[in-house]
Amino acid sequence: MAVARQTLIRRGVRHRDVMERTVESVLFACAASAVAVTTAIVVVLLVESAGFFSHVSIVDFLTDTMWTPLFAEARYGILPLLCGTVLAAAVALTVAVPVGVMVAVYLSEFAPVKVRETVKPLLEMLEGVPTVVYGYFALLFVTPLLQNIIPDLPGFNVLSPGIVIGIMIVPYVGSVSEDAMRAVPQALREASYACGATRLQTTLRVVMPAATSGIAAAFVLGIARATGETMVVAIAAGQQPNLTFDPTQPAATITAYIVQVALGDLPHGSIGYQSIFAAGLVLLLITLLFNILAHVLRMRFREAY
Amino acid sequence: MASLSPPLAIDASHATVADIRANVAQRRRWDLVFAVLGLLATSIGVVTLLALFIDLVMDGYQRLTPDFFLSFPSRRASEAGILSAWVGTCLVMLVTAVVGVPLAVSAGLYLEEYAPRNWLTTVIEINVSNLAAVPSIVYGLLALGLFVYALGFGQSILSAGLTLALMIMPIIVVATREAVRAVPHTIREAAYAVGATRWQVTRDHVLPYSIPGIATGVIIGLARAIGETAPLITIGALTFIAYLPNPPLTTTPPFVNFDWLWSGFTVLPIQMFNWVSRPGTAFHANAAAAGIVIVVLTLLMNGFAIFLRYRLRKRINW
Repeated sequence: MAVARQTLIRRGVRHRDVMERTVESVLFACAASAVAVTTAIVVVLLVESAGFFSHVSIVDFLTDTMWTPLFAEARYGILPLLCGTVLAAAVALTVAVPVGVMVAVYLSEFAPVKVRETVKPLLEMLEGVPTVVYGYFALLFVTPLLQNIIPDLPGFNVLSPGIVIGIMIVPYVGSVSEDAMRAVPQALREASYACGATRLQTTLRVVMPAATSGIAAAFVLGIARATGETMVVAIAAGQQPNLTFDPTQPAATITAYIVQVALGDLPHGSIGYQSIFAAGLVLLLITLLFNILAHVLRMRFREAY
Repeated sequence: MASLSPPLAIDASHATVADIRANVAQRRRWDLVFAVLGLLATSIGVVTLLALFIDLVMDGYQRLTPDFFLSFPSRRASEAGILSAWVGTCLVMLVTAVVGVPLAVSAGLYLEEYAPRNWLTTVIEINVSNLAAVPSIVYGLLALGLFVYALGFGQSILSAGLTLALMIMPIIVVATREAVRAVPHTIREAAYAVGATRWQVTRDHVLPYSIPGIATGVIIGLARAIGETAPLITIGALTFIAYLPNPPLTTTPPFVNFDWLWSGFTVLPIQMFNWVSRPGTAFHANAAAAGIVIVVLTLLMNGFAIFLRYRLRKRINW
């Protein structure tokens, strides 16, 4: 009797152990899929770009000032696309950084708890609006609005999508900066208040200097976000590669070019098809670079206290 | 802002009480000015959200008829509808949820409950945070190279669903980890003390407590996926679809049907993009109407997720 029960228990334990190991392996496989996805991204981009660079020299790619891969006489210089990307990001950051930092300062240092609890969810909602809707808003609301101020502004321009992207990433820039300011120890604020400083003085001379690297990280992450943004510029900026630093002109960004090519029906394996992977590779490198920079900056502010 | 200090500074040795009072009043004024500026900056976001929604409603409300939801796209703006688009969105989301949610929640559970502290775990963590930063269109390129051509899934609902599943994975992983981390260690220790195994602890104690937090992440992730356009354009979503995929449920045995996975598709944001890009204002009204549908859908989902999180924060009482 006792022996039989022991066998049963032992069998149960064995079954349980097998279950344990199976579950752990499955969970591990799921987590490891993140590595697989990253690897797949890099491999796919590199393989297709390799095909592209066997036709186009890297020097031409980086120095030619024309990007006309779909013309009969194709030229493959990434500069006009880079230029459009930088321009759109610059306009976006001009809007997002001052506003985002003001929002962060207000929410972390000035706002009463009740205001903060109402405003933060609303800002999160702003982040949740799909980008294609922002594109519509840029093309059919902001551009006509701007045309009242700048009468000869073309219907497609970089200014309007840039501003809209800027407003779109305000919640993001704001919340990263706010995290940095929240990380400043309360004791520093109290010391400042104890000396008779106002909230403004405490913010400007104690909190902001202590949170500088975090705010810088917000700035850098904002650049990465704006660079990768696709639909707003694809809709409102005109999809015309244009080597210009004038935001009132139409231009194409790297992302807008990828969308434009994908909408047409390019045969698999053609050089036009491969060119979007080369463009994607450049985009990935840019965003990766800025994210690493932001990571370094954030590590610095975390170590401070 | 050191430039504020000179006019505010006073010479302490000669200051009268009146000087000091004036100085304090001035500092208070600046403080107030800044508070108002902050409030203005904060309200820019809210005002934009309102302007955007009002703009959409003004442009598109007349098109929001039952017919609009029940018609295929058409050459004539007044007859075009979003039937194939919303059906496509539902089916793509089905694939995304079925694949993405278990994958991401499992990954989050592993990293928080199982992962040993070693280099492999660090590599996985770095990869997850990198993936969160990858622009969505790059996922589209991955899917074009991998799912559409290398694996031969074609420009199908399956490819689209898998793409979005990978894209929202980091969002759900982070939410899962946060939710799981919030479960106090005493709960785990109590379960281990009565002989539970690690999986029993995770399944019966940690997971049930963290469900609301995970659900928040899942809803936000799916809302993101619903609005996503760029990666689906990259893998070749069609913009003009006048048919529906075979329905997943049938009246004859075996009652389910997976043909729809291989079907061509369009989704709401792509339909909207198509209409926005057309010259002429007739189709813009359609775009606005589709926009209303998308915005209402995503805002409802986000609103629900935010509500869930706030309720959770208030109710937790370990």
